[in-house]
Amino acid sequence: MQRIGVFICWCGSNIGGVVDVPAVAREAAKFHGVVYSAEYKYMCSEPGQEMIVSAIKEHRLTGVVVASCSPALHEITFRKNIARAGLNPYMLEMANIREQCSWVHQHEPEKATKKAIDLVRRAVAKAGKLEPLFESTIPVTKKALIIGGGIAGIQAALDIADAGNEVVIIEREPTIGGKMVLLDKTFPTLDCSACISTPKMVSAAQHPNIKIYTYAEVEEVKGYIGNFSVVVKQKARSVNSKCTGCGTCWAKCPTKNIPNEFDLGMSMRKAIYIPFPQAVPNRPVIDRERCRQFVKGKCGVCKKFCPTDAIDYEQGDEFVTENVGAILVATGYDLIDWAKIYGEYGYGKYPDVITGLHFERMVNASGPTGGKIVRPSDGEQPKTVVFVKCVGSRDEAKAREYCSRACCMYTAKHAHQVLEKIPGSQVVIFYIDVRCAGKAYEEFYLKTLHEGAIYTRGRVSKIYPEGNRLIVKGADTLLGRPVEVVADMVVLATAMIPAEGSADVARTVGFTVDKDGFFQEAHPKLRPVETNTGGVFLAGACQGPKDIPDTVAQASGAAAKIIGLLSHSEIAGEPTIARVNEAMCSGCLACREICPYRAIEPKEIVERLPGKQVTRVVASVNSGLCQGCGACTVACRPGALNLKGFTNEQLLSEVDALCL
Amino acid sequence: MMQQPIVIDDRKSDLSKEVLLHSAQDSSLCFQCGKCTAGCPVAFAMDLTPNQIMRMVQLGLIDDVLNSQTIRLCAYCSTCSVRCPRNIAVADVMDSLRIMAAERNIPGTDRSRKVNIFNQAFLDTLNMFGRSHEVLAMLLFNLRSYQPFHNAKLGLKMFNNGKIKLKPDRVKAVNEVKEIFQRINRLRKGA
Repeated sequence: MQRIGVFICWCGSNIGGVVDVPAVAREAAKFHGVVYSAEYKYMCSEPGQEMIVSAIKEHRLTGVVVASCSPALHEITFRKNIARAGLNPYMLEMANIREQCSWVHQHEPEKATKKAIDLVRRAVAKAGKLEPLFESTIPVTKKALIIGGGIAGIQAALDIADAGNEVVIIEREPTIGGKMVLLDKTFPTLDCSACISTPKMVSAAQHPNIKIYTYAEVEEVKGYIGNFSVVVKQKARSVNSKCTGCGTCWAKCPTKNIPNEFDLGMSMRKAIYIPFPQAVPNRPVIDRERCRQFVKGKCGVCKKFCPTDAIDYEQGDEFVTENVGAILVATGYDLIDWAKIYGEYGYGKYPDVITGLHFERMVNASGPTGGKIVRPSDGEQPKTVVFVKCVGSRDEAKAREYCSRACCMYTAKHAHQVLEKIPGSQVVIFYIDVRCAGKAYEEFYLKTLHEGAIYTRGRVSKIYPEGNRLIVKGADTLLGRPVEVVADMVVLATAMIPAEGSADVARTVGFTVDKDGFFQEAHPKLRPVETNTGGVFLAGACQGPKDIPDTVAQASGAAAKIIGLLSHSEIAGEPTIARVNEAMCSGCLACREICPYRAIEPKEIVERLPGKQVTRVVASVNSGLCQGCGACTVACRPGALNLKGFTNEQLLSEVDALCL
Repeated sequence: MMQQPIVIDDRKSDLSKEVLLHSAQDSSLCFQCGKCTAGCPVAFAMDLTPNQIMRMVQLGLIDDVLNSQTIRLCAYCSTCSVRCPRNIAVADVMDSLRIMAAERNIPGTDRSRKVNIFNQAFLDTLNMFGRSHEVLAMLLFNLRSYQPFHNAKLGLKMFNNGKIKLKPDRVKAVNEVKEIFQRINRLRKGA
């Protein structure tokens, strides 16, 4: 027989000003199983808590109901409180008579009091069915795995490694560095991107706690928070670890004129190559689809000239298993393929219509033009350059609804660079809004205005060639007039979208994406670097469009979370997870399909029936993976699955208390 | 109205620079918040709002700007200048545009044309006597605007009440004032 104590809180006047608290306490005393009922001004305060502790001891309570604010606020407080009196912390049930009663029924105190009594009756009914629950402990592997070696991944790796943990970085390109190393100067301080990112790449490569896999992908992820087992696919590089990066091979390679992806096809590379001179690792890779040795079966020039015998044509893909405690996903972004969408801008037919990233490579001193801004069509210096913002962003009809956040600033920076590098040049920027929310961002925009960039509020409707120039037709919505610009070059600020293949990463690792394909954070404000899957964290533009300062900040934030997790040798597992009643389980495994955390696996059990032994399959819940969402309990036809702390029996007793 | 496209090509306009030279105001700083227009007591009578004028200066639309009534209707009360978040003295820009229009002999249209005539009549009396003379200024204004008896009754009443005098007041150094006018004329021709 349960002996339940009910404690009703006034919360000052928050509850007491509306609900007749003493009346609720008097009513509660009459409920079945209640042996003690009391009220107090502030139940969460020290005297309030003492009151509960002494009541538990004095009246030998087996269960406690606290009627106060939302359990989101004080459930943990009161759990600890009753544990102090020797009760199992899960023998607590709360009735929310503040957010769900007094605050919303301020003008109807009598009805509010009646509702409060109902809510307490419900809680008492459930409290009668509560069972003690025990937290399990999960060991933690003190190692983190980072997917994506861009600036987010590198920053987080350095932070986590500096705290004394081992880190593994998986990067699918032949070098780490991500998009940031492509950029020229970065707003708003105009410091050179390579100068601030390549040293970080080197620090990561030289850090004793960091291991980097480049030209590699995540093949499979198993396990759960604290205990992931990740299979890494190391793609065949065709160059082994004897390589010193001397550069003889790519100097001698006869297969030329392959568009270099790093320069977005604006420069050429060989079949054996490093993406750019500061690549980390400084070890080339053979492009097997183009290399003569692989395509025609004969050549071998690189092997012949390699002084360290590092070329290995026989090398195959390798699979390595890494056991880690946490996973950070930092897969970054790609730019939307505008040429497929925007016919009005020429479907990519006009060579002098380029994207902001092309412009970055071009204006970069180590880029394909050595830092000169020229028209791709004829190599001439442009006089009038038009920038079009929101190409693919803020366009629900054709592309994406969201704002890509970084474009307003990099376009201002591009405009500044055109005006600085080309004397007498003219810059026209078409915008819908100028969004410069960031430290020193507005100031940068105003500086660009002062330098003479013509900001024109309106969207460009058409770009077409006339002679060897381009006519850009837009509008000035402030004057209410159409605008036509005779331009030499047009730069499109294209939308940021999740990096190619990021959906596969989400599926492999096992977490959710949002409607735009960006990775879903656990809470947009309060848990911005975590996913809903325990032990899996997010950083950078894979979570949503972001500029470098925000990316680095988020990466360090995620690193702090991971360091916190890895600082424990074991962590407490939530006891409110699903439990299988094996006797009732039919082994249909409908629950396995519905579980979003892949926490349910089949398990063979041996049953002894009269006269024989039977082996059959039942569902089994992995306590590390289960997040207690309860989806499986709904799917289970025989009712074998129950969520601890929210069992069918408990829920039904609550419904009965409210409705009967 | 105003459906002609604005064409931006290699013929870069110097309007913005000329305004900067005249008024020491950098119109490129304007980010079109519209606070000048919102506070302007004369905006209701204007054909273009003050922020549109600023925008047109940025775009180099010199003809639209110098032919507008706005630049002449501006009362130079400077509410706009005081309130501008970009610290642009918009009223000074208007004043410079008036001067630029006068230099180019652009007479303006409708009411703004009359404002121009009035300004010139006022300056003429200043040139003659070194101090303004209302009767002559009004007479010149009426004759030049082809309305000789405009406000004649009001003038008579003011005269009877001793508010205006037929005989002009002269300053002692009237020649020095004339010298100022001559100097400005010389400078304009020289420039």
